[in-house]
Amino acid sequence: MENKSRRSFVKKLGVSVGAAGLVGGSSLLSSCNQVETASGDTIKLLTSSGELVEVNKAQLKPADMPSLTENQKRGRKGLPGRKFVMVIDLSKCRNARECMKGCQKHHQLRPEQHHINVLQMQDAEHTAPYYMPKPCQHCDNPPCTKVCPVNATFKREDGIVLIDNERCIGCRFCIAACPYSARVFNWFEPRDAEKYEGVTYNIEANVPQKKGTISKCLFSADRLRDGKLPTCVSSCPNGVYWFGDQNEDAVTNGTTHETTSFSKLIKDNAAYTLMEELGTKPRVYYLPPKDRAFPFQGEIEDHHS
Amino acid sequence: MEKTKSPEESRKLLDKITFDLTRSIVKRDELTRFWYFILVMFAAVGLWGWFIQIRDGLGVTGMRDYVSWGMYIANFVFFVAVSLIGFLISSSLQLLKISWSKPISRVAEQIAIAAVALAGIIIVMDMGRPDRFLNVFLHGRFASPIIWDVTVVTTYLTISVLLYYIPLIPDLALLRDRGGDDIPKWKMQLYKILALGWKGNDKQYKLVAHSMRVLMILILPVGLSIHTVTSWLFAATLRSGWDTTIFGPYFVAGAFVAGAAAVVILMFAYRVRYRLGEYFEDLHFDYMGKLLVFVCLVYLYFNINEFWVPAYKMKTAEGIHLRTLFTGSYAPMFWSAQMLGLILPILLMLFRFFRKPLPLTIISVFVLIASWLKRYIIVVPTLEHPFLPVQNVPDYFKHYSPTSIEIMITIFSFMAALLIITVLAKMFPVITIWEYAEEKGIDKEILAEPKK
Ligand code: SF4
Ligand code: SF4
Repeated sequence: MENKSRRSFVKKLGVSVGAAGLVGGSSLLSSCNQVETASGDTIKLLTSSGELVEVNKAQLKPADMPSLTENQKRGRKGLPGRKFVMVIDLSKCRNARECMKGCQKHHQLRPEQHHINVLQMQDAEHTAPYYMPKPCQHCDNPPCTKVCPVNATFKREDGIVLIDNERCIGCRFCIAACPYSARVFNWFEPRDAEKYEGVTYNIEANVPQKKGTISKCLFSADRLRDGKLPTCVSSCPNGVYWFGDQNEDAVTNGTTHETTSFSKLIKDNAAYTLMEELGTKPRVYYLPPKDRAFPFQGEIEDHHS
Repeated sequence: MEKTKSPEESRKLLDKITFDLTRSIVKRDELTRFWYFILVMFAAVGLWGWFIQIRDGLGVTGMRDYVSWGMYIANFVFFVAVSLIGFLISSSLQLLKISWSKPISRVAEQIAIAAVALAGIIIVMDMGRPDRFLNVFLHGRFASPIIWDVTVVTTYLTISVLLYYIPLIPDLALLRDRGGDDIPKWKMQLYKILALGWKGNDKQYKLVAHSMRVLMILILPVGLSIHTVTSWLFAATLRSGWDTTIFGPYFVAGAFVAGAAAVVILMFAYRVRYRLGEYFEDLHFDYMGKLLVFVCLVYLYFNINEFWVPAYKMKTAEGIHLRTLFTGSYAPMFWSAQMLGLILPILLMLFRFFRKPLPLTIISVFVLIASWLKRYIIVVPTLEHPFLPVQNVPDYFKHYSPTSIEIMITIFSFMAALLIITVLAKMFPVITIWEYAEEKGIDKEILAEPKK
């Protein structure tokens, strides 16, 4: 039973990613998110890759368009039986930044807003510099959700930490609480606000973004619901990201679509989590930046000037 | 208490006291109007700033994703701090039966009310979505220190208003019965309503004494919590500079410093403006000076603990933080706050001369400004140095400096606080008349007499 479900999950992830380029028709629509009803028979929809499309209304089943409250409700619960994990292989990251680009497109972010940020790191004075993509760590003991006064940011059963930007009051306590600087704020109207006007809010993509509220990496929870890998994972050309389900002990590489055992991967490569001494229990694992076959370009920015 | 006087003497004295202490209520001159004009104008400009901020987003401030709390939060902490003086002077000292502080109670309570009310407003002005303020009640999560803060701030405001109002009732009745013709009609009307039909019998006085005692005791835990909880907004995070266990007492000690300085300044203003030299005597300033030295010393002790211990170890992240304070970009602000606002005042106030009204007031102004800067130093530099490097963002994300909108809104908060204090001073006596009269040996019977 367990085995079967593992295989089916892995297959689902692999297949849908493989087909991502050519998806059309119903599989695209099921991942859509309703936009205000346009005139006549067509309707504007937002796909989980951040595309606005116009389609015939007749093609849609009502179930494909959950209402806001329905969306918020299921968004709070999460996907039953899952425990999502990410593994980032630092030895592969060449600073291509495709993850950052894909993410900003998907989540309606301005160029300076990062759900995922590729940092140039150097641990000590004489150690080798390396690139470190840094999404939200989806901590199992998240300091950010602890401090939220209105329960606008919360931890789901499947391990994902989400935000309800219909509820957030913009106090920014969670930014202060997060030691990984993972959170961004909508200081102004979000990018392309007019274009997204009238789109029903999807809590699992945090789109449309709202002025005066918080945002951060969500492991592309909307795409996971559709059985796809997160945007950053799929966008990486260098095989940096592995993503999957800890319950099934399987992770899939976003570039090669290879699936492997999560526990073996982190054991064989001496994986670690960021600042584990803080007790946040991240769900993002890093494989050390050893044996890099490419030079580090550019200069390390001064960390704390 | 002085010995009981003859009825004739008493009446004469009471008339004089009432005359002196209603001077603030009666006085309506150009200066008052000008003062109101300044306050209202600046406050209005600040509100305009808030309007722009709501329209365009919090991006009109200097805050960004890394330094996400700035001047507003520093200012909020400052106001909470100042408000704590009500707890010290009109409760703790009274419960300890320290009688010199009696005439100062109402001054302290005025400050407490104005400051805590503004603290509440400032925090709303800092919100990204003030329109969703009600969510705090609809979806409040009791695990969040913000909810604790909202709870204690509102409780503290309520108790402070009661601590102000209850001892005011006999005064209102007194003014209702004996008030001069020069008090405007509408104020007399208001006194009549607010006096709640006070008759001045023993039972009523007992009731006042009793309820005051209950309130004074109640405010002890609430007052202590209000600033402790405010300190936890920072101490509950993992950031270096905030991640410390002494923030509670450190903040409370600092609050007494700021509040005592504010009381001295306001006392001096009343003394000069309303010619109350006989009421706010040199002796009061002397005692307040001693109190200020004492709380400054306690605060200094906490400062040494707060900075010396981590500076001895210089852990990586703490070290970066401390270096910016000691020798880096915040050094001028840090050292001037510590030197001009703490160490120098302590040294000076040890001498009797510097506890005289004018010198003490000047020192207090420095102490108060330094207290504000200190809050700024507590809030901002820590956020400029998160654990992970700040990269791939524009340069202005890395260093915080307040914008003119933030300064406007901060000025608003000061003007609004002064406005509350001014209105209170123009409406009601700044010293409790009946208590003062009692001290002078005037019988309660005479207080209840209507004016002939
Ligand atoms: S990385 Fe930050 S935002 Fe993400 S779960 Fe942990 S504390 Fe929260
Ligand atoms: S900014 Fe929003 S999500 Fe963050 S703590 Fe405040 S209300 Fe919660």
